[in-house]
Formats: sequence, structure tokens, C-alpha cells
Amino acid sequence: MTKLDSKIPNGPLAEKWTHYKAHQNLVNPANKRKVDIIVIGTGLAGGAAAASLSELGFNVSVFCIQDSPRRAHSIAAQGGINAAKNYPNDGDSVYRLFYDTIKGGDYRAREANVYRLAEVSNSIIDQCVAQGVPFAREYGGLLDNRSFGGALVSRTFYARGQTGQQLLLGAYSALSKQIGKGAVKMYTRREMLDVVKIDGRARGVIVRNLVTGKLERHAAHAVLLATGGYANVFFLSTNAMTSNGSAAWRAYKRGAFFANPSFVQIHPTCIPVHGDYQSKLTLMSESLRNDGRIWVPKKKEDAEKIQKGQLKATDIAEEDRDYYLERRYPAFGNLVPRDVASRAAKERCDAGFGVGSTGLAVYLDFKSSIARLGKNVIEARYGNLFQMYAKIMDANPYETPMMIYPAIHYAMGGIWVDYELQSTIPGLFVGGEANFSDHGANRLGASALMQGLSDGYFVLPYTMQNYLADQITVPHFKTDSAEFEAAEKEVQERINKLLAVKGDHTVDSFHRRLGLIMWDNVGMARNKAGLEKAIEELKALRKEFWQQVKVPGTNDGLNVELEKALRVADFLELGELLAYDALNRNESSGGHFREEYQTPEGEALRNDNEYMYAAAWQYKGDDQVPELHKEPLIYENIEVKQRNYKTA
Amino acid sequence: MDLKLKIWRQPSAHADGKFVDYQVHEISKDASFLEMLDILNEELVNKGEDPVAFDHDCREGICGMCSLFINGRPHGPDTAITTCQLHMRRFKDGETVTIEPWRAKPFPVIKDLMVDRSAFDEIIQAGGFVSIATGGVPDANAIPIRKQNADLAMDAAACIGCGACVAACKNASAMLFVSAKVSQFALLPQGKVEAKERVQMMVARMDELGFGNCTNTYACEAECPKEISVTNIARMNREFLVAKLS
Repeated sequence: MTKLDSKIPNGPLAEKWTHYKAHQNLVNPANKRKVDIIVIGTGLAGGAAAASLSELGFNVSVFCIQDSPRRAHSIAAQGGINAAKNYPNDGDSVYRLFYDTIKGGDYRAREANVYRLAEVSNSIIDQCVAQGVPFAREYGGLLDNRSFGGALVSRTFYARGQTGQQLLLGAYSALSKQIGKGAVKMYTRREMLDVVKIDGRARGVIVRNLVTGKLERHAAHAVLLATGGYANVFFLSTNAMTSNGSAAWRAYKRGAFFANPSFVQIHPTCIPVHGDYQSKLTLMSESLRNDGRIWVPKKKEDAEKIQKGQLKATDIAEEDRDYYLERRYPAFGNLVPRDVASRAAKERCDAGFGVGSTGLAVYLDFKSSIARLGKNVIEARYGNLFQMYAKIMDANPYETPMMIYPAIHYAMGGIWVDYELQSTIPGLFVGGEANFSDHGANRLGASALMQGLSDGYFVLPYTMQNYLADQITVPHFKTDSAEFEAAEKEVQERINKLLAVKGDHTVDSFHRRLGLIMWDNVGMARNKAGLEKAIEELKALRKEFWQQVKVPGTNDGLNVELEKALRVADFLELGELLAYDALNRNESSGGHFREEYQTPEGEALRNDNEYMYAAAWQYKGDDQVPELHKEPLIYENIEVKQRNYKTA
Repeated sequence: MDLKLKIWRQPSAHADGKFVDYQVHEISKDASFLEMLDILNEELVNKGEDPVAFDHDCREGICGMCSLFINGRPHGPDTAITTCQLHMRRFKDGETVTIEPWRAKPFPVIKDLMVDRSAFDEIIQAGGFVSIATGGVPDANAIPIRKQNADLAMDAAACIGCGACVAACKNASAMLFVSAKVSQFALLPQGKVEAKERVQMMVARMDELGFGNCTNTYACEAECPKEISVTNIARMNREFLVAKLS
């Protein structure tokens, strides 16, 4: 078994990052311009890293799938970003943010990475304010905070319900500044289809120009993937339509290990599924749980009448409502972490207490907050979210409770990276949601923005420089080498193969079937038999896909069906690895819930003796069993406990 | 519901385009407009025809990728939403729905309903930022900001860069888009430092790219999915004048 070297610096936890920075290798300003860096993706991690690396003087080329770097899916994050500023004087600290994140992740994240994340969190807020990000403020002119799940302090900074948008536009403005200066070369409407390795190191990429269909070769001394998560393997998720796992998957097939793929997050507050034509699910920010109370009817007959349309939410008397989160988790109440809230909703609905026409929904009710604070205050806090709900559901949440249900939202798993965010392919760095590093088995709310910007602004500019320090004498790479030639040929052959199938079923029909297999067997609750069944079904579906998929048109120009086919082909393989990882992990932890492993109260039951490790999978060839490498997780600074949100 | 669609089809940037009629049947009133187009495209692919190309991504009204001029209005017959948030309950059974791309010289058609909005990025690259590098900035609470100003800055910053303002304007003016960014920074102390240079650079770039002038019809404000106010245009004009005079 290959030993994974996580390269965690020596020394006390609180000094590791300072020590690393003090002793790392640097590149002289005059030499930086001799070094080329490719960044794939312009979300928080990619956009921030590209801008920061360019400011340092490196030659940066950036690629994004949308028509503009401002549209990456980070933009859709609503609620906020965590930082340990302790401005409210409510007892927060770097240690507490670190502790909450490790605990929230159900003790499956690396201590040193998470501590660094908590440590740089404050710099992120400073940076964003200096960029002109209009965070919410108090009348005294200082920044406002609110609470999020899994924390007992208010440490979440926000810009109405559009925090992700404002932070992304901050990173986009920094990136635009560098593009305007000619210091960054920006390529839009490009999709990365392969990593190119030369002598074992990542030295470039093959991208497809989505408008012309042309394959392009780009070379560099190092490559950064910041391509987001793979939640769309479930077809219905809160991710954007083009969010996909292909860049990560291609890196995996070139030798980067894929870690903890089964750790996906199911977000408790999404608008419920309503029809089989549905293309995606819409998230309602977790921040709503600050003022909204979650309930279902206490009596099953009331729930049944609601499902049949004979009763409305407002007909149910106060004493007949079951505020089940407040009942089960008195200390955290409606603000328990996402995995806990999601499972509790599923438990009530499975028991027959769900609402809505399908019975697969619970209420999120603002009645008591509106009575306490007034409609104006609620409107100021959540106006845009209420409007969004009203437009989709055709119901007024100021008057009747929202209906919500859990949906796939985020991937904690991703490409395995060491402390420097470098994958097992030297020179291939991975940032943001695309890596596996900081959230363990469950991510806390408002921590994705924190991690994306931490990686982009404050970690990668240091660690990539450390890698590049001995690369200054390596000349710029040419793209006519045999390695580029071979990689492009492989991509071209994959495209030709897809176009040649000429089957009878659309790409979307396969994607939908893939999503159903995943949701039914590899979703919120998993078990051995279901996972084994899913793996067989996925193999069969993959075979059928390559015999039956219908991809119209050619590769000479814009061809959206071809784009989707390339992504779904990779998702079909990724889904199998996800199920495989879930089957391997004989425990429940965070977002990974195996029905065989639960406490008598139905809480996730970890098996720390056997599974306190990150599972890093190595590709061994198509239809070969991937090899498992274990990175043991060592907790020196935190006492590992059963997560408890019932008492403080 | 059943609908007749008249959709602009144009194979590529330099090819001629035309309206093509399609029928869709039994569409749920709870489906979104883009889901209705998904259903049409699925049918077209099954028939071996080229599906309609249109831009979209987040499908929750924030990325700004979706566009579409529907029955003569950017983002269709509803207010304060993007096309992806438009639902079929806004249409009547049997209605004819006309779907066109944004039409403005600086936004050339790429294919069918997809247009190239990189001109917006170029305007931002000319000055839509605060010229600071990563690191070495003061504590976030070092400079208090009047809540009223922070709120106004946020109102302006809510722009999603979709281009509906340009599409709605008979002059294809980008004044609402540019003024939203100019205002956001002019209202904040961090942006004030280089406010004079910013407004001049951004306006110059906007003019070079071929956007038209503002003649105060306020069509932009009426169609903006994020309800960005035209008072931002007034603020930009003031900023511009001050910059020129001083």
C-alpha cells in the first residue's frame, strides 16, 4: 500500500501554519514571471487563487465553463461566511471555530487543515471588506453577525441572502483587475477534459472550446483545479446545471487519488420535488433556521388530511404541532447541523407525518418570529428568499409556512490533497469543494465560502509557490510534445465514440436514471444490500449508455448534448466509486448514514477503531477494483466524542 | 397546457436567423420556463433535430446566465425575476409565446438564443474593482460605514450582470449596469479612493464597446430582475461630472 504523506508540519497545532510560511521556499519576484500556472474554475477558490497568484507576479491562465468568470456556482451560496472574529463578544475564538468544524464534520477531517482554515478566516473578512463587499452592518457602522447550524456563537457574516454572490463578485473584481492589466489570460466557455502529465508531473490540460468545439492544449508549470463538487451525480441537486465532476474525475484517472466520495451533504431546507420534468432543486438558506421553526403535525391523521389537501398548515393548532428538532435536540434546536436536520426530516416523513401532496415535506414556520420581531424585520433579513419561494411555489411564506425537504447540496469528498493542497500528482493542486480537505463527513453552514476563499486567497498562493520554487529554470512548455498529442487524441476518441453510438435515448434520460439509483440507494440512508444493488445497476446503466445514448450533431461547433454526454459518462463512473466507498465504510458518520450503524435513538454511530481514516481511492483501470489507501486521522488536540446536540 | 412557440433559430454568429414554430403539449403550470424548453429539446433530440441553444446555469435567479426575450420582455411576463424563475402558470393554455435572444450590437448572437456578453466583463476590467492586492489590509471593523450607505451599496451590488437592462433599452444602453458598479464603490469608503478614475475608465470603455446613450426611458429599471434603481444612473452622472470638473 502506498503511504499517503499528508505533509503536516511539525510543532504545536496553533503554530503549524506560521511555521510553514516562515520556512517555505519562495520565488524571487523577477523569476515569478518565468513560471506559468493554469487555474481551472473561477469560483471562490479558483477566482481568488488566480487573482492572488497573478498579483504575486506569476503568469496565470484561467478557464471557466460559463460565459463569464462572474457566474461560477459559488454565486448561489446564500446565507453567509464564518469567521472567528468574535465581534459579538459571545465567546468565539479560532480554537472554537476549529473545534466546531471538526465536531460538525463528525471527526473525519484533518486537524491541521481545519485549524489553518479557522486561523485565516478572519483575514478573509478583512480582505473582502477592503474589496468593497457590502456586508450587512449595524447602525453603528460595524459588521453584523448571525448564527448558523452547529455553533453556539454568532460568527456568520452575511450580505443579505446573497453572500456567495457578493464574495464571488469580490474575487471576480480582483480577477478582472488582473485581466485588465493583461496579467491574467482569461478563457471563457471552456471545459477541461483532461490533465496532461509530463515525467509524472501535471504540466497542462486539454480543454474544449464550447463554442467552436475545438480541442485546445495549454501548458504550465503547475495546474490548479477549482472545479467544484460532484453533487449532480444525483441528477437532482441544488448545484447549477453545468456543475460537474469531470475535471476531478479525469485527474483521478490520471493518478490523483479520490478521497471520501461517499461524503455528500444533504441540505435540510430545499424546496420539495414536484414533478418528473424537474431539472434542479432550489435551496432555501440555512439562515432561515435562525428565525424559522421546523414542524410537522403531531397526529398522523392531520398529516394525512394535509397530504390529501383537506387541511392547511394554518388549520393545525399550536398544541398539535411537533417541533421535532426542538424536541429531540433542546440545546441546538432548529440549528442542529445539516446532516442531523435532514435525517430528522426523513424520519418524520418516513413515519407518515410528512406534509404536502407527496408527504415528503416538512414545515418551516415564521409565525412566531413575525409575531415577535414584526414582518419588517423578517423581510429585511430574508426578503429575497421569501420572494424566491413565492415565485416557485406560488404561496406566501409570510402567511403560511414554507414547505421544505432535504436535497443533495454539497460534496465533502473530492480529490485527496495534502496539507499544501497538492494531489498525489505532483504539480496538480486542488482547491475549494473539488478537494476533500476540511469538512470531514459533514460541512457546517457558512463554511464552504470560508474554505473556498481560504484556499484561494491565503493558502494556495503560499503552497503553490513552495512547489514552484525549484521550477524557475524549467523553460515554458510547448504543447506539441508527445504527451499533449496523446492526451488530445484520447479526448478526441472519447468524443468520436459518443457521437458514433447514435442510440435511442437522450443524455438526460440516462442522467435521470443515474440520479434515481443514487438517491434511492446511496442517498440519505444507505445499507449494504442497497449499495451492492446500486453498484450492479450502475454497471448495467453504464453499459447501456455506451450502447444506447443519442448525441445529435457534430463536434464542430456548439453542441450542448455532447457536453452533457461527456459529463454523464464520467458521472456514471463516479457514482460507482461513491457507492463503493459507502459500502466500504461500515459505520455512520456525518452525511454518510448506514442504517446498520445507528444508536438506539437513531443517531449516526461511528466506528472510530476501524474507520477513523480518510479513504483515498486509486484508479486501477476501467472495470478494475480501485485500490484503497488509508490516511489515518489523528486527533491530538480534540477529544473525540459521540456528537451531541442535545445539550450544550 | 399546450403552447405554440415561435423561437429564434440562428445556427452561428454570422449565419442568418429566423423564427421557427414549435408546439409543446401538456406542460405543467408548475414547471419553470426553462423546464418547458428542456421538454421541447428532449423532443427535438428524440426526433433527431438540433435542440435550441440557450444560456442557463444556476436556475435559481442568481448567476445571471439565463437571458431570453419572451413576448417582447427580457426575462418574460413577470417582474423582479430571471427567466429561470419564470413559471408556466404565468401563461395561458393555447397561448403563442415568442422567444428571442437579447438584441443589442455589443451582445452578438452565438447560436439561437445564446449571446456573447463579454462586453460586460470588459467594462468591469476597465475599473470595476478596488485596486488592492491580497493581504495587508486593515481590520474589517477599522472603518465604520453608515448602515444606510452599506444598504444602498448592497442594493446596487445585487446586479447579476444578465444584460436585461441593455436588452430592454431602445438604445442598448448599459448605463444601469455600469452605474450599479460605480455606485456600489462610490458609496463605500474603500471604493471612494479611486472613484474619479473608476467612473471615467468604465464610461469610456462602455462607449468604446458600442453601447448606446441613456435617454431616461427607465425601461432598464422596469425589467431589471434585481430591481436596480435608476437613481444609480443619476449617481453615476454626478460622479462623472465631478470627476471631469476636478
